[in-house]
Amino acid sequence: MDAFLVALLNGLVYGLLVFMVSAGLTLVFGMMGVLNFAHASFYMLGAYAAFLSGRYIGFWGGLIVATLAVGLVGLFSERLLLRKVRSFGHTQELLLTYGLFFVLEELVKLLFGPTPVAYRVPDELRFTAFTIGNSQFPFFRLLMGATALLMFFGTYAALRFTRIGLIVRAAVERPQMVSALGHNVPIVFSGLFAVGSALAGLAGAVAGMYYPTSPAMAHELGSIVFVVVVIGGLGSLNGALAASLLIGVMTSFAVGVESTFGDLFRALGLGGLALPGLEAVQFSSIAGVLPYALMLLVLLWRPAGFAGNRA
Amino acid sequence: MLSVRDLHAAYGNIHVLRGVAFEIAGGEIATILGRNGSGRSTTCKAVMGLLPPLRGQVLLGGVDLAGRESHDIARAGLGYVPEERLIFTTLTVEENLIMGQKPAKSGAARWSMDELYDLFPRLRERRNIRAGFLSGGEQQMLTMFRTLLGNPSAILIDEPTEGLAPKIVDVVGEAILEMKRRGLAVVLMEQKLSMAMKVTDTVLVMGHGQIVFAGSPQAFEADPGIRRQWLEVA
Ligand SMILES: Nc1ncnc2c1ncn2[C@@H]1O[C@H](COP(=O)(O)OP(=O)(O)O)[C@@H](O)[C@H]1O
Ligand SMILES: [Mg+2]
Repeated sequence: MDAFLVALLNGLVYGLLVFMVSAGLTLVFGMMGVLNFAHASFYMLGAYAAFLSGRYIGFWGGLIVATLAVGLVGLFSERLLLRKVRSFGHTQELLLTYGLFFVLEELVKLLFGPTPVAYRVPDELRFTAFTIGNSQFPFFRLLMGATALLMFFGTYAALRFTRIGLIVRAAVERPQMVSALGHNVPIVFSGLFAVGSALAGLAGAVAGMYYPTSPAMAHELGSIVFVVVVIGGLGSLNGALAASLLIGVMTSFAVGVESTFGDLFRALGLGGLALPGLEAVQFSSIAGVLPYALMLLVLLWRPAGFAGNRA
Repeated sequence: MLSVRDLHAAYGNIHVLRGVAFEIAGGEIATILGRNGSGRSTTCKAVMGLLPPLRGQVLLGGVDLAGRESHDIARAGLGYVPEERLIFTTLTVEENLIMGQKPAKSGAARWSMDELYDLFPRLRERRNIRAGFLSGGEQQMLTMFRTLLGNPSAILIDEPTEGLAPKIVDVVGEAILEMKRRGLAVVLMEQKLSMAMKVTDTVLVMGHGQIVFAGSPQAFEADPGIRRQWLEVA
């Protein structure tokens, strides 16, 4: 029972981390339709920016600086790069951001080396929040989860209840009409892109302290966040949250299972049938594939994702 | 007030507008008639900056707006009610109206949400439902009101009565007369003569990407040749 609870909690926290990075992508890709392959690079930049600035202005200051700095990087990427290729279509967008992904990764390697830097949870935040059985649950993981929830409610409220949120929702549906009503849509979209990037930066600043801050960070979440946004239903924040939590919990449980496929076949009375290649394969080793398998299933069963209402 | 001169526009290499020109004062209604495909909607888009014109001028109160971005043109006081209505289906009726709100330029008539609701109370009753659920007539009124809330000094309305029941056509006509009373320059795009003939001050006829006739409704009625050549389907 304790083990179950621990796996569940770990899964939820990992899911919330995935959500933190997906939240921005929901705005950028889900709503604006920009295929920003470099979104997770902004997450990585956030961690490094907080690591650098945190040394001088402390942990909380580092979070703020990282959020703003990555927001600015996003703003410049959109105005100076993405905007230029937008009219040529998604292929160009994808190629450009794919390039950006590697440029940022190499840049970070150049400046900070290929191995993780010592970005650590500050001492005053290193304590145990609660204990289940004999596993301790660090306070910092609660803080990560709380940041993710704050991000969810903050973004949701901004979209739902503010005038600028209204303009964004309308511009997503009919950009030309929104222009014809006197709103500057390109500026609104640049702002939205900057906010999406800033959210990724904040996610990196928070998560980079707990997980290793290394150039590989972007790779680890880069494709999974696209899976989340697609499964959740393009542009749906609720959908992205649900998909993130599901993926987090699923992965966490799969990792915890110690059986092999051979055990499964024998349990089903199909021992003789088991393919020799699968016999010794552990369930845990397929944990990484599960999100993609889930995406295939969801797309087959509900092509517009959980929350999608597209025909 | 609104003066369009030598306006040219194209979709790729299909040259659709070839020197459209007309002029209209505040408090006046002009109706542009033309066969399907004659370029009336394209005229609206080119004037509004949604299809950047190749050449020509769009003067509003003496300021040339041609070639500016659409949101700039709207901010300068030009309103547009598209043929496809283009309501925001995922927003509520009231949110659609809020989307149209912007400050009035000096001298432009001001509209409030309340008085527009009074003109067509059914929208008030439905203000909290998603606009996608409205009937065609309700959507038409919503689009017009959305644009009016931006307090334009001139307004382009593309085929407002297309596919509407006669009863709602009268309501649309009433709203258009109210715009005239408040001093807006109203440009109507129509195919049929019916409603437009009752309210319009000027009739313009479009053909070959130009205005081929301009005159009073009486002059238009008196010249059946115009109708035969430019409006009737052979
Ligand atoms: N998006 C477009 N791309 C290419 N051609 C178009 C487009 N829209 C309209 N046209 C063409 O431009 C001409 C004028 O169309 P339009 O302005 O819609 O006429 P109207 O509103 O008078 O019916 C037509 O020949 C039409 O086929
Ligand atoms: Mg038309």
